[in-house]
Amino acid sequence: MRSYAARRAVNVVMLSVTAFCAAAALFSLFFVLGYIAWRGLGALSWAFLTRLPKPAGEAGGGIANSIVDSAKLVALAGAIGIPVGVLGGVYLAEFGGGRLGALVRFCADVLNGVPSIVVGLFAYALIVVPMKGFSGLAGSVALAVIMIPIVLRNTEEFVRLVPHALREAGLALGVPRWKVVLRIVIPSAARGIVTGSLLALSRAAGETAPLIFTAFGNRYWDSGFLQPMAALPLTIYTYAISPYDDLHRQAWAAAAVLMIFVLAINATTRLALRTQAMEAR
Amino acid sequence: MSAEALARPENRPALKAIPVAGPREQAGDRLFRWSLLLFALSVVVLAGLVAWKLIAGSLMTWKAFGWRFLFSSAWDPVNDKFGALPFIYGTLVSSALALLLALPLGAGSAIFLAELAPRRVSDVCTFLIELLAAVPSVILGLIGIFALAPFLSAVEPWLTKRLGFLPLFQGAPYGVGMLAAGIILALMILPYITIVSREVLLGVPRPLKEGVLALGATRWEMVTRVSLPYSAPGIAGAVFLSLGRALGETMAVTMVIGNTPKISASLFQPGYTMAAVIANELAEAVSDLHLQSLIAIGLTLFGVTILVNAAARLMLLRLSKRHS
Repeated sequence: MRSYAARRAVNVVMLSVTAFCAAAALFSLFFVLGYIAWRGLGALSWAFLTRLPKPAGEAGGGIANSIVDSAKLVALAGAIGIPVGVLGGVYLAEFGGGRLGALVRFCADVLNGVPSIVVGLFAYALIVVPMKGFSGLAGSVALAVIMIPIVLRNTEEFVRLVPHALREAGLALGVPRWKVVLRIVIPSAARGIVTGSLLALSRAAGETAPLIFTAFGNRYWDSGFLQPMAALPLTIYTYAISPYDDLHRQAWAAAAVLMIFVLAINATTRLALRTQAMEAR
Repeated sequence: MSAEALARPENRPALKAIPVAGPREQAGDRLFRWSLLLFALSVVVLAGLVAWKLIAGSLMTWKAFGWRFLFSSAWDPVNDKFGALPFIYGTLVSSALALLLALPLGAGSAIFLAELAPRRVSDVCTFLIELLAAVPSVILGLIGIFALAPFLSAVEPWLTKRLGFLPLFQGAPYGVGMLAAGIILALMILPYITIVSREVLLGVPRPLKEGVLALGATRWEMVTRVSLPYSAPGIAGAVFLSLGRALGETMAVTMVIGNTPKISASLFQPGYTMAAVIANELAEAVSDLHLQSLIAIGLTLFGVTILVNAAARLMLLRLSKRHS
């Protein structure tokens, strides 16, 4: 056995090392945020947000179409993915005790682990190939496939947190089961379900890989979901790998826009969840 | 979100108190249950459809090359010769490098957050680290191209001078390459490892920790003798979970790895990953076989991530069994 002083010294040194690790992790976050703010915020302007892109090589132009199309893509993805995820999640929490529930959970976990590029391949094979063209619809379907397992497991989690006594009180009053679920259980879990869905939306808004060969990108206003559509992350990617300095500058500005959006949703929803957890204690 | 959910004991007691179905179930209830089931089952259908589309879309490649597709390093779209080895190699090496960098850092942070920091500090730090997990990967890629790659191309000659006797650190300092990809990936998976490990460490029963402290152990001895052994399966689960993310990550890697289908021992040299080649070539596939080979790579990636995620789940399940 080493002396007590030596063990104390090891203790202090090693615990300082762990503190240093945590500091490094936090530093990486602040570096990322600070770097984007430094490179991006300066290039932001009203014109940049409200104009269409200029032809390649010409300075100026904006990302208005990317912002609007991103919103449309994510909205359609949410319209497909959130109902499926929420209702499926309610099924798992309320009725999913048996073998069928286990199967659904397993498949949701498999889907959750599928790399987003593979989801893009799936949407490509499912929609782009039969319809013989890139389309916003294919992009939205890919994003929806990414959202469904997230929303599903999140909904299940929150519906399970609703106290048993609440359900039993409703049933004891003679309320049918379906009404108990719809009028008592889901409203009680609503905050968690909504925040979870918002988090899934923000995750979808930042996805690039599944859109490269589905939504494909577009330099103009889109003409409906059956045509190629732009998307903010996709624009960042194409600008970043282009050879023009002006486009690099625009990529940073677009990254700042995306980052602000994603951070705002994440920070508010996570804070809301946290206060809710505090209240529950 | 799902990572945290995973770390918790997974199978909470099912709602047995209220009978799910029975002879006395009302018609309205049955209709309700069946319609919810429809939505739940659509997830099963979707998972099956993904697998089927990937298999059906890559048959031509498997017929043409068989298993050799996975072990051949010929990638020549012009002459219709395809082999996935350089991409598999790049994916494995970049992910392993990321784990090597992120695991010590993440485990260290988790120990600090779970065992050392006051609860309030720990909560705030965890919140911030969760935000890091929310940064879209294309933005990390952007930082990789314009901040990390120039930095690395300045540092690499110095490393070559000191450690150049190792094949790992030889060659021209491009900046973009395997090392850059590993670092960006490490940045991506660091929050997952940290958050899940912290959750797991917080789950170690207090009496165990207090017992060893009462015997005169220092805090660090408590961590190494009690907390870490107890939560080892959970931390292994966190590692597999992050590995699953790293293997399939596309954007950040595509932007910094250099996209060259070559196998080289040096970390400074450009490489290519499975996800990156799909992202770069699918929209411009020159032939049917080219397209099908890309989908075959996607299928391989799909299979590998399923295995890795299953391993993660198995580990976390073992931990939750230990709890009960």
